[in-house]
Amino acid sequence: MNEAKETIVDLNDIEEIEQEELQQFLTFTVNDDEYAIDIMCVKEIRGWNGATRLPNSPNFVLGVVNLRGIIIPIFDLKLRFNKGATDMESTHVVVIVNVNNYTIGILVDAVSDILYISEKNIRPAPSGEKNIDEAFVSGLLSKDEQVVVILDLLALFEEKVLKRAMKLEHDRC
Amino acid sequence: MNEMDQFRDTYISECYELLQEMEELLIELDEESQDLDTLNAIFRCAHSIKGGAGAFGFNRITGFTHILEALLDGMREGLIMPSREAINTLLSSVDVVTNMVRSEQVGDPIDDDYGKDIEEALNKICSEDQIDVNALEDDTPPETDKEELAPDDIIEVKLYNVMLTPYKELLASGNEPLLLLRELDTFGDLSVTTDTTNVPFLDEMVFDNCYFHWDIDLETDVEIETIQEIFEFVEDECDLSIMILASFEKTAAEFCKADNSDEVGFFDFDSFMNGSNDDEIEQPPFNPDDYNQDDDSLDNKEVTQEAEQKEPEPIANTAVNNDSVTVKTAKAKAVKKTNKPTPEPTATSIRVDVEKVDRLVNMAGELVITQAVLHAQTRDLATDQFSELIKAIEDLSMHTRELQEAVMSVRMQPIKSIFSRLPRIVRDLSQKLNKKIKLEMHGENTEIDKTVIEQLGDPLTHMIRNSVDHGIEKPDIRLDRGKPEEGTIVLSANHRGGRIVIEISDDGNGIDRTRVFDKAVEKGLIAADAVLEDEEIDNLIFQPGFSTAAEVSDISGRGVGMDVVKRNIESLGGNISIANDPGKGSVVSVSLPLTLAILDGMIVRIGTEHYIIPINNIIETTKPKEDEINKIANGNDVINTRGEFVTIIYLHNVFGIRNACKTAQDGLVVLVENGREKFGLVVDELLGQQQVVIKTLNEYPDSVKGISGATILGDGKVSLIIDVAEISNLANLSNVSNKHMNNMVLEQQA
Repeated sequence: MNEAKETIVDLNDIEEIEQEELQQFLTFTVNDDEYAIDIMCVKEIRGWNGATRLPNSPNFVLGVVNLRGIIIPIFDLKLRFNKGATDMESTHVVVIVNVNNYTIGILVDAVSDILYISEKNIRPAPSGEKNIDEAFVSGLLSKDEQVVVILDLLALFEEKVLKRAMKLEHDRC
Repeated sequence: MNEMDQFRDTYISECYELLQEMEELLIELDEESQDLDTLNAIFRCAHSIKGGAGAFGFNRITGFTHILEALLDGMREGLIMPSREAINTLLSSVDVVTNMVRSEQVGDPIDDDYGKDIEEALNKICSEDQIDVNALEDDTPPETDKEELAPDDIIEVKLYNVMLTPYKELLASGNEPLLLLRELDTFGDLSVTTDTTNVPFLDEMVFDNCYFHWDIDLETDVEIETIQEIFEFVEDECDLSIMILASFEKTAAEFCKADNSDEVGFFDFDSFMNGSNDDEIEQPPFNPDDYNQDDDSLDNKEVTQEAEQKEPEPIANTAVNNDSVTVKTAKAKAVKKTNKPTPEPTATSIRVDVEKVDRLVNMAGELVITQAVLHAQTRDLATDQFSELIKAIEDLSMHTRELQEAVMSVRMQPIKSIFSRLPRIVRDLSQKLNKKIKLEMHGENTEIDKTVIEQLGDPLTHMIRNSVDHGIEKPDIRLDRGKPEEGTIVLSANHRGGRIVIEISDDGNGIDRTRVFDKAVEKGLIAADAVLEDEEIDNLIFQPGFSTAAEVSDISGRGVGMDVVKRNIESLGGNISIANDPGKGSVVSVSLPLTLAILDGMIVRIGTEHYIIPINNIIETTKPKEDEINKIANGNDVINTRGEFVTIIYLHNVFGIRNACKTAQDGLVVLVENGREKFGLVVDELLGQQQVVIKTLNEYPDSVKGISGATILGDGKVSLIIDVAEISNLANLSNVSNKHMNNMVLEQQA
């Protein structure tokens, strides 16, 4: 009888822990800065192996590659942040993500870690963050006393944002 | 979507299939006289539609198909002749039912009096041949019949005992015992006992299993065959025995009274709960619907156990020898009588989402590429050391190729699915126009990609209409010309060199060249003094805005004509041509690619990049000399090919490619046309011709200008396909006519 009771208590404890809801993030570096994205939208990670250039597309679109029969575009995150072009080498990594029902690849310098973060440890994006456009930041988290920016991929690659970016690029030309 | 909606959708798509089948069979009936098998098949279609409509409460459809069924039944019995008018009415009623089904499908109610005229026409045919619509014996309430009997007529009444022992799966296949019981109830005085001995405990119960058995006593005047018919659809899913226990005579008045006493299915809970368990003869009708929801059914156990004890086993046994018909023999009889197909034991086809198939096609394509890479790697291996590996990879390459072919074939469908709707069109039109026309079809099983099929329907229908309307002459004219009274249109499809060729030929009038010529002049398509070859005149019918029907009919003279057909066919990557023999007939040939997913492409190099130009667009390739390139006033360069000046577009400029050949004389000029204009594309080199699989760039948020799609080449790399129609806009090609251009060049040279 007592044993049974104890078991029930234990189960409750486990439930409580699970209720804390740890979120998983994939972190990577671009231009020595560390960024994180929700791991649920990551499909796979592969090495940079060249892409077919798309004519007349904005400079941060590196081109298209073949992902098992589907053709997907690859974006250079560094150029997207207007920090200059990545000097592509085979050590660079393409993170394939699902955004807005599109599958796209983003080129980053390196993938660094997978973090388990409980929701209460995520701080809202501060206004006045000067490194990148705050519209792309969905939150901040700290890792080893370093601040990691959680990127809002939806905002970063939203259709109209992309189109606007392309238009800007065109105007500049 | 809940389960009911799913069933409903399935029913509706089945309806369309049944209606299509009915139409085909009716036309067959028309052509090949009265064939009992065909009639039976048509009747079954109508019956299935009616049955389902009843189950889903589509009362309009039930009502209409009931009359339809009565007429068909009359034909089956030989009481009504399937005359031409009768079949016309039946065909129209197929349309009516189709529209009714559609209105249920989209949830858009139709007018109350919709189809009334056809309904009346059906009734009229029935009444002419003295068929009582209500006399349908299989599942129509026969009350009306009985009421016509004089109250003191003596009728023979039989007492049947029906033992219905459904297999557990009965409910899963969509059959509902309650409906059977209700139907039995319409025959006479019914008393049902439910055997619940097989009902398991709640925790062992599978929700869609049927655990009940029924012992049914029925006092009625109908024959045993009629009762068997009720169980027609469930006989494979239950043990069934029907016996005649007794037979006696009653006056009609007595019988009718008994008949209306109770109705199965309206379960009176209160009386049931309040201990009416003891009376068996007036056993409350039991509603099988309730068996899995309430515990009350367990109470029922007592009733049935009692009933079982009283069951006259010996009588049943002797009855087997005398009057009972076992299910097997009944089935054999049924087969003999109506040639009814037994339900298919296994499904022979499945419906699959096109998306799933496309994914399979994708993966098979990828597998072929991976396999090719692997194969290339083994070429350098020492054969003696790695013989097993090399053999395995060779096997792999064979299997992948076979797999790819098999997967591609999934998308292929026989062209029958569009051919099959044409006989109806020919039939309806020829009657309207008082012409006699026979349609022959060959090669209906020729397979073609599903997407092509979907887009081929309209052009094909249009061409057939043209043949009927303009091609075949009226019977008297035909006889005057020494042709058989009946005109023939032959529709054929076959594979020729990786393409499908569809030919529509008729032995009619052909194209009247003088009329076409006059018409073209009248419409301003050509100058009155133009001198044209015969073939050129024939091809005028493909010009936009050309229609030769002397009277504008609602059949084909609507201003759209062969030009639309031509455009449709060309958008499918096909081409159309006409062979005309005035007075004797004409042949229209349509040639189409087997699939839209594959394209013949020329791989070209520009700088370090590879692009693909569709072969269809390419006219020729030239390497111009420096002095053949002229600059004209609007900034474009032109070259002279065979006396014609053609603008050239530097692709490296359009696509912003560095390190490409900057001038046309260093590279090559690929002459292309996009339907409106001709121009040259400057590339560095031609790399070869290849069939490529077209992929869309829809993963990319915005379409890329001048690119229609992409493909994956043998090395796994992506290559872009040039959109020739778009590229001229991109290059700001001004719309100068060739003549104007000639003048400009001449001016400059001067």
